[in-house]
Amino acid sequence: MLVLNRKAGESIRIGDDIELKVVSVEGGQVKLGIDAPRHVEIHRQEVYAAIQSENTEAATFSENLLDLLKSSKKD
Amino acid sequence: MKVETKYFGVVEVEENELIHFEQGLPGFESYRSFVLLPVDETGVYYALQSCEEAGVSLIVASPYLFYKEYEFDLGKQMQLDLDIGKAVDVAVYSVVTLREPFKESTINLQAPIIVNVNNGKAKQLILADEIYQTRHSLSQEEGGEQHARP
Repeated sequence: MLVLNRKAGESIRIGDDIELKVVSVEGGQVKLGIDAPRHVEIHRQEVYAAIQSENTEAATFSENLLDLLKSSKKD
Repeated sequence: MKVETKYFGVVEVEENELIHFEQGLPGFESYRSFVLLPVDETGVYYALQSCEEAGVSLIVASPYLFYKEYEFDLGKQMQLDLDIGKAVDVAVYSVVTLREPFKESTINLQAPIIVNVNNGKAKQLILADEIYQTRHSLSQEEGGEQHARP
């Protein structure tokens, strides 16, 4: 992993078209500004990981539950 | 074409029924081709079955059957990615996580699956604001109504 020191107001350039700017640093929190083309998806890592793990969990369940769904009738 | 499924044996699927996730699904990034197979008699639940790997099958349902007020912005990029022209082209599904007992089951409103029903292009949208979470109750609290009718 590449590690760089940056001050508030300074930027990092990733490839030709992504700029990552340190907007401010306050109390252990870094505010980042990201300039990237629209097709580049940007997510908080923990949010993406949460969706991955929810999908993975959703794909594993006991077949009893599926039988329950199959037999559920319109009330 | 014949598709081997996790819960329904081998099923015959027409090419135009295939749903294509160009970027896969988070957690299942390497599978691109899926099909929606109805699970129950009422047409509430579908299995989103991978056509490439029989073991990969997720239960999905329309979020609006459970949360009528659910809304989000599709975003320009999504419209471009899926070649969405009109609102009627769009179908929305949410991943359901089944748990025992059944009332513990949840629906993921933070990451709706968007399908262009015209061309089969699909993508799981991850909503940036956190109004909606990955685990909303399937059963509404008040009145003992189990879930909305289709």
